[in-house]
Amino acid sequence: MSCEPWQCAEIAATKKANPITKPEVAVAMIKRSARPILVVGSNATERSLEGKLLIDYLIDFARESKVQVVATAHMVAEFLKRGYEPADFMSATDIGNRLVDSTWQGIDGKGHPDLAMFVGLPYYMESLILSGLKHFAPDLRTMTLDNLFHPHASWSFPNASPKVWAENLTVMTSKFKGGN
Amino acid sequence: MAKKGLVVKAKELKTDVAVVTDLEVSIGKIIDDTWEEPMGPTPMPDISTLRDWDMKLLNKYKPFYMPDCDLCCLCTYGKCDLTAGKRGACGLNIADQSSRIVLIACSIGAATHTGHARHVVDHLIEKYGRNYPVDVGGLNVDVEAPVTRLVTGIKPETLGDLDEVLNYCETQVTHLLSAAHTGQEACNLDFESKAFHAGRVDQVGMEVADLAQISVFNFPKADPEAPLIEMGLGTIDKAKPVICCIGHNVVPSVGIIDYMKANKLDNRLEVVGLCCTAIDNSRYFDRAKIVGPISWELRVIRSGLVDVLVLDEQCVRTDCSLEAERINAPVIAASEKNCIGYKNRTNDPVDEIVNDLVSRKVPGVLILDPEKVGEVAVRVAQKVAPMRKKMSILPSVEEIVKLSKTCRQCNLCQRSCPQDLNIPAALKAAAEGNIKPLTELYEECIGCGRCEQACPIKLEIHSFILKAGQKYMLEETNFCRAGRGAVQDVEIRSAGGPIVLGEIPGILAAVGCANYPHGGKDVYDICREFAQRRFIVMTSGCSAMSAGSYRNEEGKTLYEEFPGSFTAGGVLNVGSCVSNPHIAGAAIKVANIFAKRNLRGNYEEIADYIHNRVGAVGLAWGAYSQKAASIASGFWSLGVPVLVGPHGVKYRRMLMGRSDKPENWEVYDARTGDTVNVGPAPEHLFQTVETPQEAMVAIAKLCIRPNDTWKGRSIKLSHYIDLHKRNYGRMPKDIHQFVRTMADVPKTMKDEIKDILDAKGWKESVIPDPTMLPRMIRKMKE
Repeated sequence: MSCEPWQCAEIAATKKANPITKPEVAVAMIKRSARPILVVGSNATERSLEGKLLIDYLIDFARESKVQVVATAHMVAEFLKRGYEPADFMSATDIGNRLVDSTWQGIDGKGHPDLAMFVGLPYYMESLILSGLKHFAPDLRTMTLDNLFHPHASWSFPNASPKVWAENLTVMTSKFKGGN
Repeated sequence: MAKKGLVVKAKELKTDVAVVTDLEVSIGKIIDDTWEEPMGPTPMPDISTLRDWDMKLLNKYKPFYMPDCDLCCLCTYGKCDLTAGKRGACGLNIADQSSRIVLIACSIGAATHTGHARHVVDHLIEKYGRNYPVDVGGLNVDVEAPVTRLVTGIKPETLGDLDEVLNYCETQVTHLLSAAHTGQEACNLDFESKAFHAGRVDQVGMEVADLAQISVFNFPKADPEAPLIEMGLGTIDKAKPVICCIGHNVVPSVGIIDYMKANKLDNRLEVVGLCCTAIDNSRYFDRAKIVGPISWELRVIRSGLVDVLVLDEQCVRTDCSLEAERINAPVIAASEKNCIGYKNRTNDPVDEIVNDLVSRKVPGVLILDPEKVGEVAVRVAQKVAPMRKKMSILPSVEEIVKLSKTCRQCNLCQRSCPQDLNIPAALKAAAEGNIKPLTELYEECIGCGRCEQACPIKLEIHSFILKAGQKYMLEETNFCRAGRGAVQDVEIRSAGGPIVLGEIPGILAAVGCANYPHGGKDVYDICREFAQRRFIVMTSGCSAMSAGSYRNEEGKTLYEEFPGSFTAGGVLNVGSCVSNPHIAGAAIKVANIFAKRNLRGNYEEIADYIHNRVGAVGLAWGAYSQKAASIASGFWSLGVPVLVGPHGVKYRRMLMGRSDKPENWEVYDARTGDTVNVGPAPEHLFQTVETPQEAMVAIAKLCIRPNDTWKGRSIKLSHYIDLHKRNYGRMPKDIHQFVRTMADVPKTMKDEIKDILDAKGWKESVIPDPTMLPRMIRKMKE
């Protein structure tokens, strides 16, 4: 597993993501967070991991972890088709723009998120939004749940195969089972 | 405008003190201003004149920066790390630096179009004189230059007047670029305001270029029935010598076509083109063929169909010349901005140049005389074609299979691909004899060739993809309507009312480049969707080509299926990149011709009118260039929202409204002076969208304007809700923000929406005469 940017030219500068060496680390981060959100992009229905679509892994994860999901693009329809109602939906840059506003009280109006997780956006789009958050939301921690390393995040999984990705998501989901 | 220089000459002048011979005195210019429209408050604005207007927009649509780089490396103080609030050695922070990059990009774009216009106008003045009249539509177009009139206060009547307008643009671009120097501007919003100004100047520069070429080259003049032009690689007659022109400047191509016509060769050679030169060639000569958008340059060259390559300016791959050498096709560089290292042969005899190119003594030449380009290109093509025999460098399928076996599966091709295409899997399949996965990459590949650059064993992966997709490539036979130029005044009179009242639900302008996330079909699908919904769809440049590159179930292209007029359900190709001001001009002319607002030097008022009343949206689905940035900026400053596809996020700054902040959506009611909340209409000024489904929903929503009548709003909401339900699987969550009275609610949805409004605690509000300018209030409150 490599901690180089997945797209070769996406070279970060001085502040570079910490690699998530195992899914338990990500779970611990989420559990420590008071107000996490998960932003899910349009590749959620384009990526198949071990015969199951990414969106289905994410629904399992969101149901167990109770993390609020924000669907970007037209993904809300895909979630609804599968019987899962995301907490909100808006364009990817819209949620990015809200996250850099420290006065924004979150999608439920109860407080600014302290951890924003991203997964399934086009790599370059996710990369730039994470860059915007790195620079303009310094108090916000960001994490990516993709199998592609994102240097602009605070925490990112390294580049990995779909098989490892599926295992990571499954382990993460399992760690929240039963409300733990 | 008519300005004349007064020149007095005296062969011999005797005075008490001296005898002077050959005296010549030039007394500047005499302004003969017979244009009756009164001058507005901001003619020839400088870089800060419209700052207040810009700040109004920038306060409503605040920049969201997504820096591509944490560093600044523009001066020797640096590199400076600007991460998360740090300031560099010059004092700039990352917001300032990000906006500075936006200004630089927009200034490059404005300079490029202005430089293009300067070349065209100077060439035409030299050839036809300063008094050659501007005519873009005869009696059908009285407001011939809406953008120029609006920004500069000049009503150009001759080529000489266009020269004056360009002087203004050149001065502004110089000031704008200078503001990006270290230690100049210090505030991100001021950089942004200057970027808006670059957009205004850019619109003027483009308009000048198109006015000049339409007038002199007799392009279609505001013609809704401009001819249908054959488009696609499959339309090329391979038995003929083929001259391929790439770039944006039509002048060298005119030299080629004129030479062919003069020598009765116009049926014996093919003149084809890529990018905007192709569009403009077809406006001059309806047998010129459009091959495709910018991203097909490698595709066309490597296919071997080209016998001579003529390169002019803008968006020309800088390795075209190297690629042409590989297929033994001579190259003629025809622009001083793109000399390619070739020897300047402008003053050499034609026979000598032709012999050198045909014998391959030199791979290419620089010729800065368009007539000479024409003769050399045609004569070389005739001689070279029988020798080249359409030599291609695409490998055979057998070679692909063999070479794919050497692939190391290192993934560097995919990691270098802007589309993240799964090339390694396709190569693995090819190694096993199955090239179908490579074929499937053909439509989505944008032809950048980065995969080949990354490959450690130098596999020509792009050529593999082209060979695998060759069947589709050679079957591409479609139609693009030749760029019609301006919208007629009578069309504005007819459509202006329904647009402003909202009964024509919107104008969609599909413009810009071909850096598409999943091929050009998205552009076709989006345009067709909105044409069927009776929006007015306008196209230009590479997007105009993509819109015409697919067919409906009856086998008709978009331009065959829908009329080319500025009317509900019309699909209008206005032309090349420099034709974009006809789109802005249509919105401006609605304010001027339909609403009778003065145009001349009256930028703020007209922009305020357009922003609040004209439901227009720009869609640059594949925008990639600095020119696209400045084109977008010209629309932003008019208050027209622009959407870009996912790659557009790399412009690194969006202008986003906040629908959750009611205070952002207040306007004045010009009738009373009251402040009225009109909701997020339009919600954003510059927004990236991820998928075509998202784009369709966003387009419908962004066409909503504060001034919509209840009937118009009802129509717009029905489209928004319908597209939202279809693509998002549910009712919009923000519908209550767009309903002012129950009459706004589409009749068939009354019950459903009433429940939502009740749940949201919705209250009825007024439909104002909206303005953001206090001076437009007719009756101030006591």
